Amino acid sequence: MHPIPTITITRLKEFVRRPEAVFWVYFFPVLMIVVLGVAFRNQTQETFDIDVIKNDRASVAVRQLEGQPQIAAHLVDAAESSLRLRAGRSVLAVTVIVDRGQEGFAYRFDAKRPGALAAKNIVDDILQAANGRVDAFTAEETQFDEPGGTYVDFLVPGLLGIGLMGGGMWGVGYAIVDMRIRKLLKRFMATPMRRSHFLLSMLLSRLVFMIPQIVLTLLVAYWMFDVRIYGSVGAVIFLVVLGAFEFAALGLMIGSRAQTVETASGLMNFVMLPMYTLCGVFFSYQRFPEFFHPVIRALPLTPIIDSLRAVMMDGDSLWNQWSEILVMLAWCVIPFSIAMLIFRWRE
Amino acid sequence: MQIAICCENLKKTYPGKPPVEAVRGISFSVNAGECYGVLGPNGAGKTTTIEILEGLLDATSGSAEVLGMNWGTSANAIRQRIGVSLQETQLSERLTVRETLKLFRSFYSDGISAEQAVERVSLTAKRDVWVKNLSGGQKQRLAVATALVGNPDLIFLDEPTTGLDPSSRRELWEIIESFTDSGKTVMLTTHYMEEAERLCDRVAIFDNGEIITEGTPSALIQSLGAEHVIEFATDRRLEGGDLELLRQIETVDQVEMFEDQYRISLGHPHQVLPQLIDHLSDKHIAMTNLATRSATLEDVFVAKTGKQLSSD
Repeated sequence: MHPIPTITITRLKEFVRRPEAVFWVYFFPVLMIVVLGVAFRNQTQETFDIDVIKNDRASVAVRQLEGQPQIAAHLVDAAESSLRLRAGRSVLAVTVIVDRGQEGFAYRFDAKRPGALAAKNIVDDILQAANGRVDAFTAEETQFDEPGGTYVDFLVPGLLGIGLMGGGMWGVGYAIVDMRIRKLLKRFMATPMRRSHFLLSMLLSRLVFMIPQIVLTLLVAYWMFDVRIYGSVGAVIFLVVLGAFEFAALGLMIGSRAQTVETASGLMNFVMLPMYTLCGVFFSYQRFPEFFHPVIRALPLTPIIDSLRAVMMDGDSLWNQWSEILVMLAWCVIPFSIAMLIFRWRE
Repeated sequence: MQIAICCENLKKTYPGKPPVEAVRGISFSVNAGECYGVLGPNGAGKTTTIEILEGLLDATSGSAEVLGMNWGTSANAIRQRIGVSLQETQLSERLTVRETLKLFRSFYSDGISAEQAVERVSLTAKRDVWVKNLSGGQKQRLAVATALVGNPDLIFLDEPTTGLDPSSRRELWEIIESFTDSGKTVMLTTHYMEEAERLCDRVAIFDNGEIITEGTPSALIQSLGAEHVIEFATDRRLEGGDLELLRQIETVDQVEMFEDQYRISLGHPHQVLPQLIDHLSDKHIAMTNLATRSATLEDVFVAKTGKQLSSD
């Protein structure tokens, strides 16, 4: 048989004969989706814990806030309330004050804390209404309840991205270093095997490993959290394959010279760890200062996640992802060329 | 007669401070159909030399021709016709014997089938067993099978039996002998004397990056001029005068001391032994150990270098 299918099939056999590797590659992303999806699912209605500061008029506020489903009021003294606010056990402190014989309310909260502003507005509405404010009109409210906008929808493209990254690093980079350490690479060099056949087979076997990983991730996300692809499936396949090549090339470069496991893992961590946090896997990189965004967008993980998100969540076309695709192509060509120049075949 | 390997003034210097001269000008040639052994202690330059001939290392200077071709111009053609077993290659643990051989077979345009290779190294019963479940001897036989699967005219075996038990070693010897019996050429390195004596038509003894002597094993032993060895130990040290007296016994060639052992190389033990015993009893020295044996390549090495080969 031709060496390319032979090496590729051999690599696949070696992979499936390592159950622990199969587990990490295929089930770890699924596990992440389940855990994070459950933790960050959109709750139907949130209840805010708020404090009413003890004084002789406090009971007025407590009474007026009673029976409101979104508010759980706790009667505490001022010192304790400060502690509770700091620890996030309550998001708002309400003090009943008397100003020139007129009853009024003071609010204390941290506007940067999630939910604090919403809680303040709800409490304010309730108290204003209870004290005589009349609404100008009654607004009609309809719950928006379509799939696509949840944290899991945001998370899945990120997980696909880190799956592709890890696969390229371990499946190509580490695998090559391992073969070099075992002197297998050197042994192959003593045969007429062509280097291009070997490298192509490493890439091909990587592409084949990737298919179940991607499909499984998408299926679990769909079954459990109704995560859908709003754009074209063809575009998703194109991006995923491009992403797989990109990280395979990067893995090849990482593995092109390393002669010990320590060097290889060190290099891989050096490359992967910053990208886990910077490239918008778990949260948007928009949170980083704006001047830093061009750097983040030039990293290899960002364009694959950004373009997958655009296609999957917004139903955007592949054409609109041209700048991301260009960055990814560059990350295919440059590391591959460097790897070819510096690759250590014999030792 | 056809020449399988020919190298002239081969040198390999590894850069560094100071540079390491692993091979310092080696010339030899191997005839087609011959089993050529390279013998020497660790660090003698055996592996460097064989890896230059396998095309895995570039020589610093000198020329090397393999099967009439040059590595610079016909590397792929040479690789199609040689087989190699390196020291310390770890084949993939989770592939079976047959899968490993099929993989290697796919690299050659011509060769024997994986099944035939399995048979040649007597691993038929183990052909569907994972490599990690093979014994050391079986792994080494598989390594030799990967060298045979391209149906080569020449195989290179770098220390094929190092670390194997005696019966595994004998099994490998038989495989190598059946290969040379079919008219093919073998070049092997070893630091086992008996391996070189049994397998090799000619041996080159390496020390310190140079060939110190070369020839058929029997000719090398005969060149000692003393084909027997007496080794003994005593309860007291012999003095210089004692050693001088022993040297004057007829047919004695050399008397040397290694640690607490004395070694006499000689022609006729039946003449020397009685005089040695008489001499020691005159001096009231008791012999604590005595052995006589035929001279080996080890003794050739000792005679040429004054050092002992690390053997086990």
